[in-house]
Amino acid sequence: MATDFDVVVVGSGPGGYVTAIRSAQLGLKTAIVERAELGGICLNWGCIPTKALLRSGDVYEQLSHLGDYGLSAENRGYDFTKVIQRSRKVAAQLNAGVGFLMKKHKIEVIEGTARLEKGSPAPKVHVALNKGGERALQSRHVILATGARARTFPEIGLEPDGERVWTYREALVPKSAPKKLVVIGSGAIGIEFASFYRALGSEVTVVEMLPRILPVEDEEVSKAAHKAFEKRGIGFRVAANVKKLSKTKSGVAVEIEANGKAETLEGDVAIVAVGIVGNVENLGLESLGVKVERTHIVTDDHGGTGVAGLYAIGDVAGPPWLAHKASHEGIHCVEHIAGLKPTNLHSPIPGCTYSNPQVASVGLTEAQAKEQGLEPKVGRFPFRVNGKAIAMGETEGFVKTIFDGRTGALIGAHMIGAEVTEMIQGFALAMTLEATEAELQATVFPHPTMSEAMHEASLDAYGRVLHI
Amino acid sequence: MSIDVLMPALSPTMEEGTLAKWHVKKGDTVSSGDVIAEIETDKATMEVEAVDEGVVEDLLVPEGTEGVKVNTPIARLSGEGESPAPPAPQPAKAEAPKPAPAPEPKPQAAAEPTPQSAPAFTAAAPGERIFASPLAKRIAEQKGIDLSTLKGSGPHGRIIKADVETAQPGQRAAAGQPQAKGPAPAGATGQAPRQVLSLEQQGIAPGSYDLIPLDGMRKTVARRMTESFRDVPHFPLNIDLEIDALLAARSKINGLLEKEGVKVSVNDMVIKAAAAALKRVPEANASYTPEGIAMHHHADIAMAVAIEGGLITPIVFQAETKGLAQIAKESRDLAERARNRKLKPEEFLGGTFSISNLGMFGIKSFASIINEPQGAIMSVGVGEKRPVVRGDQLAIATVMTVTLTCDHRVVDGATGARFLAAFKALIEDPITMIV
Repeated sequence: MATDFDVVVVGSGPGGYVTAIRSAQLGLKTAIVERAELGGICLNWGCIPTKALLRSGDVYEQLSHLGDYGLSAENRGYDFTKVIQRSRKVAAQLNAGVGFLMKKHKIEVIEGTARLEKGSPAPKVHVALNKGGERALQSRHVILATGARARTFPEIGLEPDGERVWTYREALVPKSAPKKLVVIGSGAIGIEFASFYRALGSEVTVVEMLPRILPVEDEEVSKAAHKAFEKRGIGFRVAANVKKLSKTKSGVAVEIEANGKAETLEGDVAIVAVGIVGNVENLGLESLGVKVERTHIVTDDHGGTGVAGLYAIGDVAGPPWLAHKASHEGIHCVEHIAGLKPTNLHSPIPGCTYSNPQVASVGLTEAQAKEQGLEPKVGRFPFRVNGKAIAMGETEGFVKTIFDGRTGALIGAHMIGAEVTEMIQGFALAMTLEATEAELQATVFPHPTMSEAMHEASLDAYGRVLHI
Repeated sequence: MSIDVLMPALSPTMEEGTLAKWHVKKGDTVSSGDVIAEIETDKATMEVEAVDEGVVEDLLVPEGTEGVKVNTPIARLSGEGESPAPPAPQPAKAEAPKPAPAPEPKPQAAAEPTPQSAPAFTAAAPGERIFASPLAKRIAEQKGIDLSTLKGSGPHGRIIKADVETAQPGQRAAAGQPQAKGPAPAGATGQAPRQVLSLEQQGIAPGSYDLIPLDGMRKTVARRMTESFRDVPHFPLNIDLEIDALLAARSKINGLLEKEGVKVSVNDMVIKAAAAALKRVPEANASYTPEGIAMHHHADIAMAVAIEGGLITPIVFQAETKGLAQIAKESRDLAERARNRKLKPEEFLGGTFSISNLGMFGIKSFASIINEPQGAIMSVGVGEKRPVVRGDQLAIATVMTVTLTCDHRVVDGATGARFLAAFKALIEDPITMIV
């Protein structure tokens, strides 16, 4: 059967558009279908605009410590509308950038909503065009990169109303900063908004169901983060179940139960950040027999769904729900389709939280390493004795390294502190290259940098730490 | 000018071999046609003849070196009368090893249809830099695995952790290290390969035995048989065959062929009957592959030949198309050359079905290990007079027991039984073989 394209990508987030570029690079005729904005949630409503907001928050917070640096300024303040405007401008710039990249790689952008039907050699893609009408595409391969959205629980009121109950989406473009904010969920998204609004002066309480915040991180990092945020005035309720969120005259009331004790948290606004569900609806997956488990498409090592010619990558294919994981999977998938033998499948995937202080990690936590029966060798190094950190006035936090005691392989690294999200790639690279403690110890780290703490933590795991 | 002597490819598919022996030394004068070295592959030893004349300036690869890649320079000759060239450059290179541009008369079946397929990398030649991740190097050291025997699955053929973890015990470093360094740590992924305790750890004192180094054949037998017995779901089927008619037919045939100097053995007739039976039950002439069941077009019968230091399975190709006299001639020639280790690799690589016969040792019945990727192997026992029941009477007949070991992934019990029934009919009524 004649085909219109070699590859049709559905969804243009960091999974979809990167996949499309790689596909075009490999000489495959490629189209991308997007129902909203190019760049998806990440560029328009996620990673990027939140980083713009957090930057405003960080700079503003620095102003309150100017005295520490021998500086002073008068009339410290902010214009909330302009803070939001900047964030939108950043998103718009990147959205246009994706458009340019699609054009450059001769990728046809089809604006509309896709639905799949049985077809050969791959399911047929029917696009209900945004401008009206329909277009049917027969491609050799279809890659679903439809992403995910905030999980909600309408039955207990955890559902955005756009006014007083927000998800990340509403939290990015409010008219004003709430005076009193309740954040439900202490994953990266919840913590980042808590950090931002706290920096602007909101009174913030974070509710977490599990016994510690940032529950996917190493326990020591969770603890340090808890302390650091508390110091900045964020309140926490951990091991707390949300019973009900109701709207009051002036705001919201969040009924929680922690350790058998009931409590009601009041606020102007609540942010719901209790996880993510995959965008699997209305795609025609049922009629094709695509296997979906807990709102995520089940895939094999290469993104294959089991239906001929149909693949899924990124958030819709399951956790971790991270933009770079989606790009990585997409590249692997399309290289596999092109017949290459991509070797990058099991590269470790770092995770970052851009709060103040930042948190970054890659690989196993110490607890996970023990659960797997490994004998972890653990090293730590605090920034408070790192020269550059002291000079910068950024002495909060530490680096923790975890090695397999039997082979010396670096199996995990965890960091909390200033700009640690910019440093974690060093450990990710080491793990991808299968480095052992010997290579990390033998690598020359420039002085003075905060990255020296990475070196020291690697030395510390083997009792060779220098500056403690 | 000096001339490099390159590691020859003994077969189109050969990638590497062992430089078993040098017949020349530095300073020797050689002329075209002189045997200069012996190369050993998994199963064959071949002599390397000098193509050019000259004086041996240097032997670049020491005797006994394993895993020498095809087309690697192994020696250097200088033209006669010339002063020796400057010292040979180190074969060790700091750059990525390139796949040897071995002559490839036939394109491999699994040619990549892709624009940029990853090149197939072979194990590194000695002295060449081995690209391996630090972790792979460390695990290899801990487990006593010789990295030069491994092929890397990482980027640019780099050896990574996964390659070392799946390495077989046969890939251990041979040099003076007959056992692993100690009890095995369980691998990080929990799937550590089986570890071998040293003899000492098992209570056998050092010095109480002689250690014969593993040669290429022993390693191959060990690896292939272990993998097959462990990984192939196998089961045996037994059947008794009365062969008096076969023996009578054989005498008659041999009488006719006497003038030609050809003598047909029982084994030749077994080969012929097996080939004919495979033609009748083609499902037994098949190989399991992850992509599907390969139904072979011909019955290429591999026959196990015991030779010094091991065994080898030369093949009577397309046996179903050949007459008994031709099978007899071929099998005799193959067996003889097998014993002298003069078989060409293409004569023992392949085969769709195997026959192993231990009847000459008086073995009554036995079950062989599948010779992958074949779907079945037949083990032939001794033909001897045994009591048989005819009607309600006891009688005497010459009976031979054969056992078919089947790969259950491709040959199910009923398939194996149908093959044996067809085989029995042919053996017990040998005239039907002609049809």
